[in-house]
Amino acid sequence: MKDLHLLDIENWGSEPTRKGFGRGLVKAGEVNKQVVALCADLTGSVQIAPFAEKFPERYVEVGIAEQNLVTVASGMAKMGKIPFTASYAAFSPGRNWEQIKTTAALNNQPVKIIGAHAGLYTGPDGATHQMLEDVALMRVMPNMVVIVPGDSVEAEKATIAMANDPRPNYLRLARDKSPVMTTDKTPFEIGKAYVFSPGQDLTIIANGTMTSVAMEAAEKLFKDGIDAEVIHCPTVKPLDGATILTSVKKTKKVITIEEAQISGGLGGAVSELLGENLPVPIKRMGIKDEYGQSGTPEELLNHYGLTVKNVMVNAHTLCESK
Amino acid sequence: MGKNYTASKLSIDKLELIANDIRQDIIKSLEEAGSGHSAGPLGLADIFSALYFDILKHDPENPNWEERDILLLSNGHCVPVQYAAMANAGYFPKDELKTLRKFKSRLQGHPEREKLPGLENTSGPLGCGLSQAAGISLSMKMDKVSHRWIYTVMGDGELNEGNIWEAAMLCSKYNLHNIIGIVDRNNIQIDGTTEHVMPLEDLKAKWESFGWHVIDIDGNDIEAVIDACSMARAIVEKPIVIIAHTVPGKGVDYMEYDYHWHGMPVGLSDVAGAPPKNEQAKVALKELRTLRGKIRNEHE
Repeated sequence: MKDLHLLDIENWGSEPTRKGFGRGLVKAGEVNKQVVALCADLTGSVQIAPFAEKFPERYVEVGIAEQNLVTVASGMAKMGKIPFTASYAAFSPGRNWEQIKTTAALNNQPVKIIGAHAGLYTGPDGATHQMLEDVALMRVMPNMVVIVPGDSVEAEKATIAMANDPRPNYLRLARDKSPVMTTDKTPFEIGKAYVFSPGQDLTIIANGTMTSVAMEAAEKLFKDGIDAEVIHCPTVKPLDGATILTSVKKTKKVITIEEAQISGGLGGAVSELLGENLPVPIKRMGIKDEYGQSGTPEELLNHYGLTVKNVMVNAHTLCESK
Repeated sequence: MGKNYTASKLSIDKLELIANDIRQDIIKSLEEAGSGHSAGPLGLADIFSALYFDILKHDPENPNWEERDILLLSNGHCVPVQYAAMANAGYFPKDELKTLRKFKSRLQGHPEREKLPGLENTSGPLGCGLSQAAGISLSMKMDKVSHRWIYTVMGDGELNEGNIWEAAMLCSKYNLHNIIGIVDRNNIQIDGTTEHVMPLEDLKAKWESFGWHVIDIDGNDIEAVIDACSMARAIVEKPIVIIAHTVPGKGVDYMEYDYHWHGMPVGLSDVAGAPPKNEQAKVALKELRTLRGKIRNEHE
């Protein structure tokens, strides 16, 4: 889509989404002195380091203590600060979900939870560190906003948007490099989904590292005679129901794809929306009630079926079964 | 403009009478609620009288006064004592205490900041208050705000939570000496005595080894509570914790020292040695009125 200023597939870049977060946090900190950052002994890998180096007086190192990480941030938010807390998603929100609920979400303080190293892109670290349940965990929490950016450029914009958002937010980041599809001019707004590729026959709804997979699949499907519409849905909550329903009214068939558990995540959110408003055939792609394991991201994505080829197979099945 | 209670001192006997009022209000509100915790709130009444009527810089008519001290209740289940103290201090009409734990009440079973002006945090799940105090103190430090103190009331059973000790390390690391922790050392938790459920002693040595200055007092002695807080405000080398030894159920003979009353309201309990259920509140209030007379006589 020209007005979205997306890169053509052959021009895609490659960078981990966490890098975009690191840049965005520094920019947010330059604009607003109330932005502060807290980390639990992972400054380099979660990309808090650039902020901590530039604004040491606004940085708090809490040590390996994720419960403390978010509860200290809650106290800072109470005093007007905009605290960004970062750790691996497996530990925050994996370990401290109740503290997030009680002291940030129910208490309604604008604590920003950054879950880095989420999903299969965590690779060789294995199942303990490949957080796949975070989207579902955070989506079920009232007051919480859940954002899964599609690439590092969008992660940067999302971080800046979060600094200006009065609600508690969750931002999901990946460890390894993933394709960069968007540019500085591509719009991003919390709560908005974007039609990255228009089509008539089928709607593919994706976010995070899986949006690039959906885009590649759509291009190949077009050559097979299937005109797929790709909706990039970085905000899982609040869900942009209007954009999704407009598309699905037209195509009447849906694939969702995400690098997380299919229960309760993007696939869950879309199924709930369509189940109540516009029941149509839907295929959810993601992790199906199992844990990850060690391997390269490519090996893992192949093993769990999150590939361009599988999106195409599912698209053909949906389009041919009408 | 805010009100500074330390500027117009009430006498100790007045504060004791207020503590007695708070205790009677706790009994009445718990009986009306039909659920809730009795022992902890009764034991904390002297500390809350001292806090709201002497120690805290605050203004009931302007709960968000920017110069106020911050009081965090970390052990949220003891909130009946805070509600009673707040009502007596003028935050809301005393009549509203009857709505405790009722549908649509501002006085939720566990405190919710957004429901009632004057509450500084939402709590109930244990172990979070000291971390929030740390975040508040760090923010004050960044903003170069001094002379505002953060009082954090914790239960002793609550110290089982790892989150507390994560916070204790952090407060010490950043020398957050405007935090004054108050541990309600009443030796009971739901399943029994603290030393039976999960031994805490040597508690003073534990806090000291985490880098805290410890002040040990009788938490039912209002003068001792006020003195300890004055001393705490003068210490700048370390964060300060006051281990306040209190009698659980203080003021109601059949509840005192009995852990069975930790999570029980008056009027619904079959605890051995207690009066019949329908008499429990009456007996408690009668005892408290007698105590009130004694306080008056002592100071005449």
